[in-house]
Amino acid sequence: MARIMRFASTMLANLFKPPVTTKYPAEPIDFPEGSRGHIEIEIDKCISCSLCALNCPAGAIKVDRVKGTWEINRMDCVQCGYCTIKCPKKCLHMMPGYTEPEKEKKFDLFQRDPAVMEAERKKKAEAAAKAAAAKKSLAAKKAAEAAAKAAESPAAAKSEPTKAEQKPADQA
Amino acid sequence: MARKTVVPFGPQHPVLPEPIHIDLVMEDEKVLEAVPNIGFIHRGLEGLADKRDFNELLYVVERTCGICSFGHGNGYVQAVEKIMDVEIPDRAKFLRTIWAEIARMHSHLLWLGLQADQFGFESLFYEIWRIREKVLDLLELTTGGRLIFSVNKIGGVIKDIGDDKMKAILTNMSSIEKDMRVVQKTFMGDYSVQSRTKGIGVLTKDQIHELGAVGPVARASGISRDMRKLGYDGYGMIDFEPITSVFGDCFARIDVRLREVFQSIDIIRQAIDKIPQGELSVNVKGNPNGEALVRIEQPRGEAIYYVHSNGTKFIDRYRNRTPTFANLPALCEMLKGANYADVGMMVVTIDPCISCTER
Ligand code: SF4
Ligand code: SF4
Repeated sequence: MARIMRFASTMLANLFKPPVTTKYPAEPIDFPEGSRGHIEIEIDKCISCSLCALNCPAGAIKVDRVKGTWEINRMDCVQCGYCTIKCPKKCLHMMPGYTEPEKEKKFDLFQRDPAVMEAERKKKAEAAAKAAAAKKSLAAKKAAEAAAKAAESPAAAKSEPTKAEQKPADQA
Repeated sequence: MARKTVVPFGPQHPVLPEPIHIDLVMEDEKVLEAVPNIGFIHRGLEGLADKRDFNELLYVVERTCGICSFGHGNGYVQAVEKIMDVEIPDRAKFLRTIWAEIARMHSHLLWLGLQADQFGFESLFYEIWRIREKVLDLLELTTGGRLIFSVNKIGGVIKDIGDDKMKAILTNMSSIEKDMRVVQKTFMGDYSVQSRTKGIGVLTKDQIHELGAVGPVARASGISRDMRKLGYDGYGMIDFEPITSVFGDCFARIDVRLREVFQSIDIIRQAIDKIPQGELSVNVKGNPNGEALVRIEQPRGEAIYYVHSNGTKFIDRYRNRTPTFANLPALCEMLKGANYADVGMMVVTIDPCISCTER
């Protein structure tokens, strides 16, 4: 008989203990720090580099460089956290709190500040113009140098044909 | 001479959390032969190897199965590290060991609960899953995820366990150990448990050897084989012995897994005691080029990871031999001559993980 009743004391004790489950949603859940709930973005820091979208194993992120948008499909994201590692600006964060279940796929769209983007574009254009100008001046400099060399030593220019004449002789 | 009948078992069956189909050739109440049929949840994860680069593939591999996810990630990462000749820091090794053991406890507790549920001991099932909840909370506290942790990376780990969290693990381990003693007494001493499991589904040592069973199924028949003894991760610096039993029946398999829970608690304590301070990961540059084979001990037994790469971002072939796949022949052998009423019990005692098997 005793062998049948091994578990009886635990069962009896459980009758007088409060339940271990909590009364969710009346009682909010207590997430530990670092819990993998959802991805949050600091859109102001984002530079639309698309590294997060390229590296997401689930393909949940879409980045539009021209429009400056960052979009996440909450239902596709598997909370792996790889995008937070890959982001060069560290503007993606894994935050506690799960996405609520829904009947339809949930997308969250974030838009970068157009003023910031415009400034960035101007900066880029300026930099490009500068680079182009530098290239131009460098090319001009080189051409001038080459011309100067040619003018300085006509002998060097003359010696070239002699080399060409030697070649067939060598082969023979 | 009774007539032979074929009774389909599964893919939907009360004892099965996942779909597997077994055709049972019956004569009266006796099973003459069992023909397994798998492939209901094949997702082609191995095929994703040429669509995801080798870093991203880790997250795919981890999602092979929700119960042994840490082991899968660990095995894959070790294989890539072997190809790239990376030696990870000691602290990362020990952290991997700690997480692997907590995951093992979570897997074994899940299985013990299912086993109790299988023979109708509902209150024991609830009790075990209540204890398992503490283990899940520990995992969430330390990794952020309850089932899928994504804390590995090629070259180490990405998260540390701070001192306060280590303390939380230790205090929880003590309370889990106390609770598990009661559960162990119930499983081992209860008359009804014994009458359902003793002498059922016996496999001898020779049979196991021939059929190539792995993990607790093999250890319950007296084969002392545990891949952790290979000394990967921090296991080389930890003192433990594979747990075996000699009887080879369902009762022995329960016994082995119960004692393995206590062994895991012991390993976690040793690891926390011995863990050195230091870096979490080393920088890894370039792409893997070559091939590697890694064997690790999952909660269900020995799992094999094979990676063949060609020096590009995408690896050529990733192959995973999971423990349940190796245990299926043993299950079919076990089912021969069994009573129909015991079939569910035997299927559960190999701890079938069909998601892993079919990948
Ligand atoms: S957490 Fe993972 S799945 Fe989710 S958006 Fe980031 S990379 Fe993609
Ligand atoms: S990786 Fe970071 S900076 Fe780049 S697009 Fe994504 S969120 Fe923006």
